[in-house]
Amino acid sequence: MDVPQVRHVATLLGHVAHIVSQVPSAIVVSELRKSYGTTEALRGVSFEIAEGEVFGVLGPNGAGKTTTVEILEGYRGRDGGDAWVLGFDPGESPRELRERIGVVLQQSELSPLLTVRETHEMFAGYYQRPRSVDDVIDLVGLAEKRNARVKTLSGGQKRRLDLGLALVGDPDLLFLDEPTTGFDPGARRAAWEMIRSLRSLGTTILLTTHYLDEAQQLADRVAVLRDGLIVRQGTPSELIGDSRLTEIRYRRDGVLAVLQTSDSTRALHELTSEALAEGRELDELEVRRPTLEDVYLELVGEEPESAQ
Amino acid sequence: MSTLLHQLRFDQKIFWRNREAAVFVFVFPLLLYALLGSVYGDLIDGVPAEDVLLAGLFGYGAATTAMGGLAITLVIRRETGVLKRVRSTPLAPATYFVAVLLSTLVTFALEAVALLALGRLLFRASMPANWLGFAGAIVLGVACFAALGVGAAALIRSAEGVSAVVNVVILPMAFLSGSFGPTNEFPAVLQAIANVLPLTYFLDIVYGVYLAGESIYADPTALLVVLAWGAAGAVVALRRFGWMPRER
Repeated sequence: MDVPQVRHVATLLGHVAHIVSQVPSAIVVSELRKSYGTTEALRGVSFEIAEGEVFGVLGPNGAGKTTTVEILEGYRGRDGGDAWVLGFDPGESPRELRERIGVVLQQSELSPLLTVRETHEMFAGYYQRPRSVDDVIDLVGLAEKRNARVKTLSGGQKRRLDLGLALVGDPDLLFLDEPTTGFDPGARRAAWEMIRSLRSLGTTILLTTHYLDEAQQLADRVAVLRDGLIVRQGTPSELIGDSRLTEIRYRRDGVLAVLQTSDSTRALHELTSEALAEGRELDELEVRRPTLEDVYLELVGEEPESAQ
Repeated sequence: MSTLLHQLRFDQKIFWRNREAAVFVFVFPLLLYALLGSVYGDLIDGVPAEDVLLAGLFGYGAATTAMGGLAITLVIRRETGVLKRVRSTPLAPATYFVAVLLSTLVTFALEAVALLALGRLLFRASMPANWLGFAGAIVLGVACFAALGVGAAALIRSAEGVSAVVNVVILPMAFLSGSFGPTNEFPAVLQAIANVLPLTYFLDIVYGVYLAGESIYADPTALLVVLAWGAAGAVVALRRFGWMPRER
C-alpha cells in the first residue's frame, strides 16, 4: 500500500503536527442481516477491516461466522445491510473482485487424482496475474509433495494445499474459514507462521476460528459473534482490558480455590486480612487478569448488548 | 478461449485418471458390443446384426457418457465442494460448464471411433454411410443427453447415490430402446414406454446416418423428440442446478 499510515506534516511555524491518515478499508459491513427460513442467522452485524489487517471473527458454532464470511465471499446473498469488499458489492461478485480475493473454505475437496502441482496449475490458469506455482508450493511447505497425487496427502497437507490454491491468484484479501481445525499443535504453529508471513507481505486477512489462542496469536482485532450479533470487538488486549473480572486463586487446606471478581481490590483485601487474622498462609496465591478465553466465555454466555 | 482449453485439458486429464469412471463410461459399451456381437446371429430385421448393435451401443454410449457420466461428475463435484471453490475464482461459470461439456464430447467422440474400430476388427461391421451425419449424431447425442445429465444432476442431491440412480434410469432405457438388440418381440406395454424415450428416437437417427446414409434431419419427428427431451433437461438444469453443496 502506498498510503503511509502516519504522515508527518511540518507547519510553517516549525510545529509538527501528526495527522493520522485514513487507511483504506478492505471490508466495510454495516447492519448485515440474513435469515434462513424463520431463523435469523445475522441480526445486524457491522465491522470494518483496514487494508493489511488481520481480523478474527470468533464465536461458537451457529453464531453466524460462516454466514458472514460466505456473504463477503459472494456465495450467499444478504437480506439487509451494506457490504463492501475491496470497494465491490460482494452480492454481485464481479470478476474483478474474484481476481483479488483468495478463499479457504471450511470444507471442500479437490480432484484426488491430480498432483499438487497440477492442481495449483489448474487454479493459476483462472487468474490474469497468478503467482508462480512453484513459489506458492514452497510457501505453503508442500515442495516435497509437489508431484504427489492429492489423494495421498494427509489432512494437514490438504489444508496447506487449500491455502496454496487461495494464494495462487496473488490475492489482496484472504478469507480463512477455520483454517487450522483438526491440526495437531505442530501443524497449527506452522500454519500460524505462514499466516504471519502473509500479513507481513501486506495481505488483508479475515479469519474465523473457535480457537481463542489462534485469534490472540494472529488477529490485530477480533469480533465476537453470538446469535447473529457482534457482542464485542476490539484488539485482543482491549477485549481483555474491557473485562471487569479478575481471577484470584489460592490453596486452602490443599484445595484449590478460584475466585472471580469484578472488585479485585476489595476482594483481595478481605481475603488477606481474614488470612492474617487467622494466622493462615494463602498458599500459591495468584492474582491474574483474564485471558481472552475467559473474556470470550464471559461474552458468549451473556446477552448481546445491542444490535450494534 | 485459452481458459476454456485450459479447463478442458484438466477435465480430460481428470477423466482418464479416474479408472473406475473411465471403465464405466468408456469401456463398458465396448465390452457389451463385443459380447452382444458374439451372441446375435447374422441378421436383425434383415440388417447385419453387428451393424444394428454398433448403432445400438453408440446410442447407449451417448447416454452413459453424456447423461450418466456427466450427472455423476457434477453431483460429486458439487457435493464435495469442488464447484463451490471454483465459484470464488475469476473463472466464469459458463466457461467452466462449456469445458465440462466439451470434455464429454471429446470422450464420446473417442468412444464412437473405438466402437467403429472394434466393429471392424471383430465383426467386419460397416463404416458410416454418411460420415458427416455420423459426426452430427455424435454432437446431437451429447447435446441431448448432456442436457438430461445436468438436469438429473440438479435433482440428485446425494454423491453416494448418484451412480445407482443413474444406472437405474439408463440401463432399462437402453434395453427398452433397443440398444442391446431387437425389441419387436417385447410386450406392447414395454414398446409403448420405449415410444416416449429419447434413446429410441436417437437410435432411429443413428440407423439413418450410419446405415442408410441419411442426414440427421431425415426423420423430423425423431429429431424433434430428441431435441424436446434435451430442452426439457436444459430447462430443469437452468432452473434447478446450483453450485453449492447440500447443507450439512
